[in-house]
Order: sequence, then structure tokens, then C-alpha cells
Amino acid sequence: MNALKKIFGGDIRQFGMIFALVALIVFFQIMTGGITLTPENVISLFNGNSYILILAIGMVLVIIAGHIDLSVGSVAAFVGIAVALAMRDWGFPSWMGVVYGLLLGALVGAWQGFWVAKVGIPAFIVTLAGMLLFRGLNQLLGKSNSVPVPGDFQNIGAGYLPEIGPDTGYNNLTLLLGIVAIVAIVWGELRRRKASIALGAEVEETWVMVTRLVLICGALLYATYLFATGRPGTSFPISGIILAALVLVYGFISSRTVIGRHVYAVGGNKHAAELSGVQAKRVDFLVMMNMSILAGLAGMIFVARSTASGPFDGVGWELDAIAAVFIGGAAVSGGVGTVMGSIVGGLVMAVLNNGLQLLGVGSDWTQIFKGLVLLAAVAFDVYNKSQGKPSIIGLLLKNFQKTPEPQAA
Amino acid sequence: MSETTTAPTILEMRSITKEFPGVKALSEVNLLVKVGEVHAICGENGAGKSTLMKVLSGVYPFGSYQGDIVYQNEVQQFRDIRASEAAGIVIIHQELALIPELSIMENIFLGNEPTRFGVINWAEARRRSIDLLARVGLAEDPDTPIKEIGVGKQQLVEIAKALNKSVKLLILDEPTAALNENDSQHLLDLLLGLKGKGITSIMISHKLNEIEQISDSITIIRDGKSIETLDVKGDGVDEDRIIRGMVGRSLESRFPDHTPAIGETFFEVKDWTVAHPQVEDRMVCKGSEFFVRRGEIVGFAGLMGAGRTELARSLFGRSYGRYISGHIIKDGKEITLKTVRQAIDHGLGYVTEDRKALGLNLLDDIKTTTVAANLKGVSKHFVVNEDQEFQVAEDYRKSLRTKTPTVEEGVAKLSGGNQQKVVLAKWMFTDPDLLILDEPTRGIDVGAKYEIYGIIQKLAAQGKGVIVISSELPELLGLSDRIYTIFEGSITGVLDKAEADQENLMKLMTAKRQAA
Ligand SMILES: Nc1ncnc2c1ncn2[C@@H]1O[C@H](COP(=O)(O)OP(=O)(O)OP(=O)(O)O)[C@@H](O)[C@H]1O
Ligand SMILES: [Mg+2]
Repeated sequence: MNALKKIFGGDIRQFGMIFALVALIVFFQIMTGGITLTPENVISLFNGNSYILILAIGMVLVIIAGHIDLSVGSVAAFVGIAVALAMRDWGFPSWMGVVYGLLLGALVGAWQGFWVAKVGIPAFIVTLAGMLLFRGLNQLLGKSNSVPVPGDFQNIGAGYLPEIGPDTGYNNLTLLLGIVAIVAIVWGELRRRKASIALGAEVEETWVMVTRLVLICGALLYATYLFATGRPGTSFPISGIILAALVLVYGFISSRTVIGRHVYAVGGNKHAAELSGVQAKRVDFLVMMNMSILAGLAGMIFVARSTASGPFDGVGWELDAIAAVFIGGAAVSGGVGTVMGSIVGGLVMAVLNNGLQLLGVGSDWTQIFKGLVLLAAVAFDVYNKSQGKPSIIGLLLKNFQKTPEPQAA
Repeated sequence: MSETTTAPTILEMRSITKEFPGVKALSEVNLLVKVGEVHAICGENGAGKSTLMKVLSGVYPFGSYQGDIVYQNEVQQFRDIRASEAAGIVIIHQELALIPELSIMENIFLGNEPTRFGVINWAEARRRSIDLLARVGLAEDPDTPIKEIGVGKQQLVEIAKALNKSVKLLILDEPTAALNENDSQHLLDLLLGLKGKGITSIMISHKLNEIEQISDSITIIRDGKSIETLDVKGDGVDEDRIIRGMVGRSLESRFPDHTPAIGETFFEVKDWTVAHPQVEDRMVCKGSEFFVRRGEIVGFAGLMGAGRTELARSLFGRSYGRYISGHIIKDGKEITLKTVRQAIDHGLGYVTEDRKALGLNLLDDIKTTTVAANLKGVSKHFVVNEDQEFQVAEDYRKSLRTKTPTVEEGVAKLSGGNQQKVVLAKWMFTDPDLLILDEPTRGIDVGAKYEIYGIIQKLAAQGKGVIVISSELPELLGLSDRIYTIFEGSITGVLDKAEADQENLMKLMTAKRQAA
């Protein structure tokens, strides 16, 4: 156990989540008699969840900043139908449709950001209103009908990396992608280690790093193998590439850039952040706006995958995204959470969904299990913190801070 | 070390050891408290005083520490605070646990409501709270919301709340840290009064004069170990004796040597008027005018609520109140500071008096906090260079001698004094021309105070201007080159170091009342 902790970093929470994910996969792999880890299933699992994972990326930032967004499903549906109509009625080519959709998302986000940041209405209320508003707009625009989208647009939701180069029996581009990813991870790790040594900071023992790298690269290699050996015509999905790119970009933004630091600062202690020169309102505005842009993107990917935009697209997505974020270790009170954690949280939900489906479990029991998993994950977190770990005190103190600004003397 | 065992003991803590992951906060600490005494606990920041009291009161439950708590001749195993309260032990934490929106009465009875048939009996509650308020000497309507009374009075409400729980052993963790001298004195008198009624108190404080004044015995803790217990009357204990116990050597002087090198005026404020953020026509600053010279340490003296913090924060990017009029002139040019960002960019820094609520993000670690106000200094094209960040934090840790295993430790785990050093580091790293320090040594031990004074003087020696707001007059007198006095939002006078003393400062700080 101690060795495991060393390998995955001291963060029990994160480790617990990854462990749960692996255990879940193994469990379903056995229970389904090996169907879970077939190329077909893994590919469809990715295709069917990429939009929720994209939402989770935006949602974790919103939640870190101390807000919530309930409107993402409706915003996705609104953008989806608007784009579908623009392509059908105004003859927008697909690429223009995508740009149009992202702009619409930004516009919607600016609207919600305005009410949250400038007027100061709690995001819960603003986005609850938005949830109704944009659902209504979706049905108004589409006259409550489905609107089909053209074939090349469908690529972003249902397309795959093409076959190129010599016939190796594998999808060459997928192989290449996997190898590049592995090289990048090993290289990054070595570089970080070198920098730490140069700074005189403590570094982990070599075996710890090597074991971790072997495990991660092994998993990646296996995933690459699965994706590269799918049915002819399938391989690593385009939506997966979009997702991977977003994870990299947002992971970097949240942990390494000035604006990322500001998001955590505002969520952790707004007053202190403001007195350090952070423009909290701007941060609020940006996270809300960013969320709606990503919701727009998720909406388009979904529409592309289902080949048409309908009046009930995106119903309940906000709950899946929020659940993913909390399973991934974010705190309700803000200031805590990671992009990677939320992705893992989202995958836990996705694997659970998929596995239960494969086992022929109905939606009744699926929902019951999902509810229990969410509760268990957060309970595990709370329990951990109460075990004499300091974070419970941090939490108490934090609630204390959230009371009105103390009287200046 | 004389042990006069005339009075029976109420509490004995036997070789208490408490470990946090990676930190041994207490190691075999012994504490012996006699019935009806005021027992003080002294020690440097991070010595383990608060931790010991949290062990005693069940915040850290039985099983999470080693050792025995013998209270009223029985070994106790408190599972939580309720259990210790049931036994008559009540702790008042340094951060008050009152709910600002609720009234005094509701706070006193929170979790302890008098009921009849399951319904709260407010008539009974009112009757009892009037009685309790009289006992602590607080003349306020029980219906007044907590947020409308000052910290001094809030502290009294906490004590009333404790009395309501029929307290036998009252624990106060730095009760006077945020109080002015009048309120402190009132509180100390109250403690002596309670002692007369047979209530035993344990008090943690860094204000050694108070300890010398009211305590009967003093236990000194250093680095998580109990060093000695002094009998105040019998051993003829004075402040120097306590300091010797705390730091293991005598402290020659309370202030480091410093020869001011004062240059020309570089910062000037004229006709500064600011209104209260909520109350339309209440002015918290009324036409204030002052200046600061290079290399000068300027003190701001005033009673609680005089408007010193309001003045500082309204200058610091209008982060408090509504701006009405006024001019800020820096280096001969008028500047407008509408946001904190602008203030920082113009070389101002403000270290808040309220570390926990306004100064720190308790979820952060030391290194992120250190660079939080100057991310530009460690980033390129908006990307933070984490190596550089680590280096900066490490440099400040060394130069300020912050007590922590690594700069990756969360600030929530640091003791008060070390948190203050981290906040100071944060502002020093913005390299300000004018640093405003609001109660910079609140809750800080004598040794660390000395170090912080040294840091302030070093900043001045670099040609920066420093403004120190403090409620402790000896501190202002020892540190400042010039002192402004503020009364009810107006600057009532300015005294040079040579002419200032407690008496004439006090007179100016209460100017209006003198005139009336
Ligand atoms: N929850 C915690 N987790 C880890 N370490 C802790 C925790 N609480 C306290 N410590 C550590 O234990 C030591 C003692 O802390 P404590 O708060 O008891 O000090 P103190 O004597 O009250 O100091 P101060 O005068 O600054 O309030 C410090 O080194 C502190 O960093
Ligand atoms: Mg303490």
C-alpha cells in the first residue's frame, strides 16, 4: 500500500480514483466474459462519452472557482440546433458551422458571465434560468423537430483517424499517436526530475519513478493496441483527439498559467485573492464563458455523432458532468479540483454505464448504482479528511471565511 | 520551579504526545493545573500550545494522541468537544466561532437551546442571556446581531456562552490578540472575577505583560516539550524570565538596532475622504492628509474602529468603502488607484490585519502563496515557471526563517507566526515602494516579533517607505520614526519619535472626547 502510494503520489484521493477505475474495468472484463476490453467496446465507450468528458473539463474550472453550471445540457442543445440549422438553411460549410457554434457558445457564456460576474447573481440561479432559457430556444428554433447534419460534419463526432501508409494490420496513425504520447510522458518525467535535482528539492527513489512509468506506459500501449485493431474503418476517434487536446491544454492552463492560478485563488479565498490583485470578477466571467464554449463544442460533437440535432439533446448532461467533477476530487466549496481528476471521475461513470449495459442491466439499476458510486466516492473523501488529516480543519476554517467580510478596525 | 501543592489539582495532562503526518507537534508534555487558578501557557509560534489545548478539549479525540488526561481525579477519554463540555471544559478558540448573522442571544444558546416540549423557549433564553450578559459586563441588547458588535464584545459573548454551559475549566487561546488595551483589560478583569467564583482558566497569550499581570502559574512549552512550570508569585517571575524560558536565552532588547536614513518625501495623500460601503453618509476617512519619506517607518496610532484599516485599504486600490475625494501623489506625480492591481503596479503593498480571512488562501501551499501577488515575477508569457517559484519561496523561507519542513507544506498547517511570515514574504516579493502593514505582529511571539521588526527596518534601510498600523503603543513607539494619530476617521496629530510617548499619543487618539 505504501509502495503504491509512493508510485502514484501522496494524494490518496487521486490514487483511490485510479484504483477504482482499474478495479471497475477488471471487474466488468471478468463479468462480461472479456467483452469490455474489446476494441469495438472501448472505441464506442470513448465515442459515447467524449462530450461528457469535455463538459467535465469546463465544469471543474467553474467548480474550482466556487460556482456551478446547470445550463450546460441546454446550451449544448441550443448550439447544436443552431449549427444544424445554419448548415441546412444558410448553407454553411461544416468548418464554418463549427466556428459559428463556438462563437454562439461564447456569446451564451458572455451572457451568463455577465449576470454572474458583473451583476453578482449566484451562478446556480443564473444557470438554472439558462437551463430553461436555452432549452426553450432549442425547441423554438427547431420547432421541436430533429434537424439532420451533413456527412462531413458528422466526422467530429463519429469520425476516426484514417488509414494511411503501409498495411501493417494496425491503424498506423493510432500507433504513431500512442508512441508519441509515451515518448512525451517519459521525456517529461525525466526532465522534471532533472530540474528538481538541480533545485535541490527532494526527488523520489528511482524505482518509484520507473515503476510508475512502466505502469502508465503499459496502459497506454495496451490502449493503443486496442484502438489500432478496431473493426476496419474504425480506430482512434476524432472526438477522442479533440478531447485529448483539450485535456492537455486545460490541464496546462489550470496548473501552470497565471489565469489558472487565479481560478484556484478566487475559489479558495475570494477576498484574499482580490487583495492580492486578482480581478475576481474577470475570473468569474471567464470560467462561465469558457464553460459555455465547451458546452457548445460538446453539443456539436453529440449532434455529429447522432447525425441530427433534436429537442431532447443534452438532457441531464449537467448532472453527469458535475458528478464526474466531484468523483474526481473537487470540493463543493471551491478551490480544489483537477482537470485530470475530473476526467478519471468521468471515466469511472462511463465504464460503470457501459459495463452495466453490457451486462444487460436496465436503466433503473444503472441509475441506482451511479447514485451510490457518487455518494461513496465523496464519502470516501470526507472520511479521509476526517481521519486527523488537516484538510477538515482547512474546510472548517474555509466555511468560517465565507461569512461576510470581517469588520475592518 | 517551586511546586506549592496547597490547592488540589483540577487537571493533569501526563506525557501527552501528538503527531501529525511528518510533524511531532507535542512530545511527552506535562501540565498540572490547580483548582481556581489562572494558568498561562507560553511558547513560541508553533511550540504546540494550541495543539495541547485541542487535545484537552477533544478537538483531537481520545486515541489520536498518547498520554493521559486526568481531570477531577479521573482519567478522561473525550471523544469530541461535546464530551469535554459535558465535563465542564470549554475552549474558546482564537478564531471566534460565532455566527455573524445571528443575535447575541441566539449565539449564546446555539446548540444548547432551552426548550419546552421541543420548542425553543425564547422567554427563558432572554431571561438567562440578560443574566449572563450582566455577569460578563456586556451592556448590549441580546437581540443585537453579532456582526454589529466589535471583537472585544464578541469575545465577551463567547465567555457568556461558556458560562451558560456551567464551565469549570475555561480555556482561552489568545483571547486578547485582536483586542485593544481597554477591551483587553476588561477581559482580564473578568477572568479574575471568574477566578473569584471558583472557575479555573487556562490562557494562551503572546502578550507577556498580561500574563505577568493575571496568571498564578505559567507552563512554558518549547518545540513541543514542556520546559518548566513557574509559580508567578513565589518565583518572582517577570517578562524577561518568561522569554528566557520560551526561547532558551535572554533577549537583550525588544527592537533590533536601527539607524534611520530618511530621504525626501515620495508618497503623499491629500484630502482623502471615503464613505462607509453600506451607510451612505457615514465617512470613515475625513479629509486625511499625510506623507511618507523614503526610508521612513511611519506609525498609525488609533483606537479600534478609528479608521486606520479603512484608510489603508481605501488607498490600496479602493478595496474598502466608497471613494469620495482625495489625491495620491507618488514621486511628484498624481496617481489614480482604482483597483488593487493598479495599486500593486504602482508599488504599494498592504499586509492585512486579518490573516485568515483576507490574507491567505488556506488551501494553498507556501510556495503558491509566496508568489500569489506577483505571478508576473515568476512567469513568462503567462506561464508560471515552477522551478523559479520554488526557488523564490525557498529564498524567503531561509531569509525569514519560516519554520516548516518544506515550502510545499500547506499554509493551513503553519502556526500563526509562521503564517504571518509567509504573508510578509508574499508582499516583499512584489518589491513595493510603500508597504502598509496592518497589525503585523498580531498573535506573534516575542522572538518572531523581533525578527519581523528587523525585516521592517531592513525594508526601510533599502529606501522604501513603511506604514505600520498597530494597537500596541510600545510597538509603535519602538519602531516608528514618526507617528500619526487617528480618531474617528480624522488624523488628529503627528509626533516625531523624539517627542512621542504613550501619554501624548493617547491624548491625540481620543481627541474629540478630550474636547467634549
Ligand atoms: N493539523 C495539522 N497538521 C499538521 N501539522 C500541524 C497541524 N496543526 C498544527 N500543526 C503543527 O504543529 C505545531 C504546533 O502548532 P500549534 O498550532 O499548536 O502552535 P502554537 O503553539 O499554538 O503556535 P501559535 O502561537 O503560532 O498559535 C506546528 O509546527 C504546526 O505546524
Ligand atoms: Mg496557537
